[in-house]
Amino acid sequence: MPTVQMTQHLYRFFPVLENRTIRVPAGSVAEVLHALNEIAPGFIDYVLDESGALRRHVNLSVNDTLVIDRKNLSDHVQDDGTVYIFQALSGG
Amino acid sequence: MSNMILLGTRKGTVILDYKNSTWYPRPIEHAGIPICYATRDPRDGTLWASLDHGHWGPKLSRSRDGGATWEDVLSLKYPKGARYIVKVLPTPDFDPLAPAGQPEYADATVFKIWNLAFGTAAQPGRLYAGTIPGGLFVSDDGGDNWALNRPLWDHESRGGDLFAGDATSENRWFGTPASIDYGVFEPGIHSIVVDPRNPEHIHVAVSSAGVLETTDGGRTWAGRNRGLLNDYMPNPEAEWGHDPHFVTGCAGQPDHLWQQNHCGVFYSDDGAKSWRKVSQPDAGVHFGFPIAVDAQDGCTAWVVPAQSDMARMAIGGGLCVARTTDGGQTWQSFRKGLPQEHAYDIVLRHGLDVAGDRLCFGSSTGNVYLSEDRGETWQCLGNNFPPVYSVRFG
Repeated sequence: MPTVQMTQHLYRFFPVLENRTIRVPAGSVAEVLHALNEIAPGFIDYVLDESGALRRHVNLSVNDTLVIDRKNLSDHVQDDGTVYIFQALSGG
Repeated sequence: MSNMILLGTRKGTVILDYKNSTWYPRPIEHAGIPICYATRDPRDGTLWASLDHGHWGPKLSRSRDGGATWEDVLSLKYPKGARYIVKVLPTPDFDPLAPAGQPEYADATVFKIWNLAFGTAAQPGRLYAGTIPGGLFVSDDGGDNWALNRPLWDHESRGGDLFAGDATSENRWFGTPASIDYGVFEPGIHSIVVDPRNPEHIHVAVSSAGVLETTDGGRTWAGRNRGLLNDYMPNPEAEWGHDPHFVTGCAGQPDHLWQQNHCGVFYSDDGAKSWRKVSQPDAGVHFGFPIAVDAQDGCTAWVVPAQSDMARMAIGGGLCVARTTDGGQTWQSFRKGLPQEHAYDIVLRHGLDVAGDRLCFGSSTGNVYLSEDRGETWQCLGNNFPPVYSVRFG
C-alpha cells in the first residue's frame, strides 16, 4: 500500500496523523486523499477546494513528481509509491 | 455595555476582557493564522472567527464555550454548478466604454469569508456570511450547514442564472482589490445588515457593485444605489459599480443606514431608497474604510478619516475619529489620546465598532484604541498587536 507523508503544519490541525506511518490503498490521487479523509475527517477541505481541485498554494507529488492533474487528481499512485503533501512556497 | 472585544488580526484572534476597570488581552487564539473577521453571536454567545489560511483555504472556526475551545466549520462551500463571469484587473489601457467581449466563466470556490451576520432573536440559528467571490451564504442551524442564496448569485446584474447556462445579461459587478491576494479580481460581500423589525428585510453591500436590498427574505434583490456618486466612472450616477467600503444600520432606527464609500461618506434615512453624500472634505471626512452608527440614534455616526485614496494612511500623520450627531450635516473631529505625529495607521472596513458609549478601533499597524465617552477621548489598549482586520464588541 502507498504511504503518505506531509508537512508537519498539517499535524497541527490533524494530530491523529502525527507519529504514525500512513498507508492507504493504491489508486488515483483523489482516492488516496479520500482515504486520508476517512482517517482524519476534514483533511480534504484543507488541501482541496470545493470543486475537488488542489488548492492553489498546496503541492502534491507522487514520489518525486508533482501531480500533473491538479483539477481532477487522476494521477495514479502505485502500490509502492509515496505521496507527499506540502505547502507551495508563497513568500520569502 | 459590552465587556468583551474580539480582534481579527493577521496572526490570529485576540479577545480582550474588561475586568476591574482594565482591558486584559487573552493569549492569542488561531496563532499564526490570518483572521479576517471575528465576532460574537449576541443570541447564544457563540464566538466566530473567519480563518484566511494562506495555504489551506478559508474556513470558519466556532467556539461555544466562550473561547476555551474552537472547532472547524467546514460546511460553507459553493454548490456544484456555481459559476461566475471572470473579471480581469483593469490594465492602464483599460477602456470602460469598450464593448464587452465574450464572457469567460469560472467555477466558484470560496476565496474569503469576509463577513458574518446574525438573524434576529426570532430566528435562532440563522447566520449569514458574505464571501469573495460575491456569494451570500445562509445557515439555519448555527452554521452546521450553509446554502448559497441563489437569487443574489443569479442576479441579472451579474449575468443571470449561470447554473442554467451562459449569461443572459451583462455582469456589472466589478472586482475588489481585496481579491487580488487570491489571484483573481472578483467582487466581495463585506456588509450584511438585517432589519431588527423584519428579518426578511436585509441589505448587503458589495465591493465593487453597490448596495442591494431584499424585502422578502432573499427571494428577490434590487439595487439601492440612488444618490451614490463615484469618481472613477464616466457616469458618476451609474446604477452599478459603486464601491461601498462598509455599510451599517442603526438597530433602533433601521431606516437610517450609513456608508463609508470609496468616494465619500453617504447617509440614508429612508432605508437606502436614496443616499446623500455627507462628506466634509475640509474637515477630513471623506475617504476611509469603517463606519459605525449609534444603536439608538440613527443620526449619530463615527468614521476614521484617512488620506484619499492613493496614499491610504492617516491624514497628516495624525489619527482622528470624526462624529456627527445630525445626520452628517456637521462633523466634529476628536484627537485626544490619539497619536498626532508619525502615525501612518489605516483602519480597515471592519476595524471600528460601537457598543453604547464605548468605541474601539484597531489599525493596520497593530494599534488598538478605546473610547468610553462616545469617541471624544481615547486610550490605547496596545501598540504591538498584529495588523488588525476586524474589531467587534462581544
